Amino acid sequence: MSRHAFCPKLGSMEPTDSSPATSNITVRRGEPLVVVKDINKHYGELHVLKNINAVVNRGEVVVVIGPSGSGKSTLCRAINRLETIDDGVITIDGVKLPEEGRALATLRADVGMVFQAFNLFAHKTVLDNVTLGPIKVRGLSKADAEKKAMALLERVGVANQAKKMPGQLSGGQQQRVAIARALAMEPKLILLDEPTSALDPEMINEVLEVMVDLANEGMTMIVVTHEMGFARKAADRVIFMAEGEIVEETSPEEFFTNPQSARAQDFLSKILDH
Amino acid sequence: MDTLLNNLDVFVDGFTLTLQVFLWSALFALILGTIVGAMRVSPVAPMRWVGTGYVNLVRNTPLTLLMFFFAFGYPKLDLPNVSYTTLAIFALGLYTATYVAETLRAGINTVPLGQAEAARAIGLTFGQSMSHILMPQAFRAVIPPMMSVFIALLKNTTVAAGFSVAEAGYIRASLSERGEPAIVVLLWVALFFILLVAVLSFVQRMLENRLKVLR
Repeated sequence: MSRHAFCPKLGSMEPTDSSPATSNITVRRGEPLVVVKDINKHYGELHVLKNINAVVNRGEVVVVIGPSGSGKSTLCRAINRLETIDDGVITIDGVKLPEEGRALATLRADVGMVFQAFNLFAHKTVLDNVTLGPIKVRGLSKADAEKKAMALLERVGVANQAKKMPGQLSGGQQQRVAIARALAMEPKLILLDEPTSALDPEMINEVLEVMVDLANEGMTMIVVTHEMGFARKAADRVIFMAEGEIVEETSPEEFFTNPQSARAQDFLSKILDH
Repeated sequence: MDTLLNNLDVFVDGFTLTLQVFLWSALFALILGTIVGAMRVSPVAPMRWVGTGYVNLVRNTPLTLLMFFFAFGYPKLDLPNVSYTTLAIFALGLYTATYVAETLRAGINTVPLGQAEAARAIGLTFGQSMSHILMPQAFRAVIPPMMSVFIALLKNTTVAAGFSVAEAGYIRASLSERGEPAIVVLLWVALFFILLVAVLSFVQRMLENRLKVLR
């Protein structure tokens, strides 16, 4: 991932304006990579995303946190159009998300996605899971793709499992393979949708370590998670959502020690109590 | 036993043709059925309509009628002359393709949604997701019902006997001319069919063991 090595890690993430924390739009330093503008989504009667505005800059790590049903996963999935939106605009690197077809596939290739349920291709070996995209989408030769895949598997610590089927791996190992699969596409950013929520407690750390490494290397990441340790260690910014709205948007330290909104205080009191 | 040994030529010819008709129409049905099955889950609505229309039209037509259309309709069409055997292969293939398509569609529905999402997320197109991720898993999931479809096809080949294709179903007619007792001939034919189906069942078990998907 050498191209990220030159990407300066953004320092302190305090907003450049002094608008209250409940304001949606915050102008920040750095070049915007993902711009979410006025998006709405309904599931029938349910208004799951209410006029969401957000900007994620290159190299930034944003943690999206909130109670279940707050729309945080939907927002994350909308960014590579696994969820459609009713109105509003999402642009990635200046390009508006295409509707369907080849243009959308091309854009998705640049956006890595890691799922809660890993979603490794069940009929393919670990190695084939990682090489499929580079071969079919990027047009790499099998040899080159395998070389690169092995380096990535090495990096996430599962190279010795390369020939196994996903079902033979532990959850933590599977999720690390899923991260390697996403990285193999050399994405501009990675979306992680509750990457540790389906894991046994003793496997959470091995995945979080990989994620922290990624963040330190300057990868742009949007992470839906409840892992406060990760947010504190690696995130530049926390977005707190509730009932389809962005309620609070601030630095991790500020959010965890001094939440402004009643809903964030209530949420934190519930997850910090145990 | 004499009935069999004295007329071995007729049995061998009949079953050879049966196997030929079976293999060609199975191949045809598998290819066409896979395409139609993919069309039925396509995100493009007109593709779905064509797929659904085809399945509903052809699957709801009795095979014998379909054979009639081919045997009596096709020669009237001023097209190149084609043997009854070839026409029978087409009719059987078109008919069986609808069952293949529906079986596969059931298989596609068993593949967890996350597999398709992961495929799309790495930038695969619809066609690529289908051929690399969904179809291979769908096939694995439906090996037993798919084999039933092909077993039914194997037995359906005998319908072609009614249209002067001298396959195994025709053996009784040939041998009644030689004065063999019909019931004995039919028992032998049935026995050979059971043996052929046993081979298919064996293939099924082999495929199931080799292609298991761990979840």
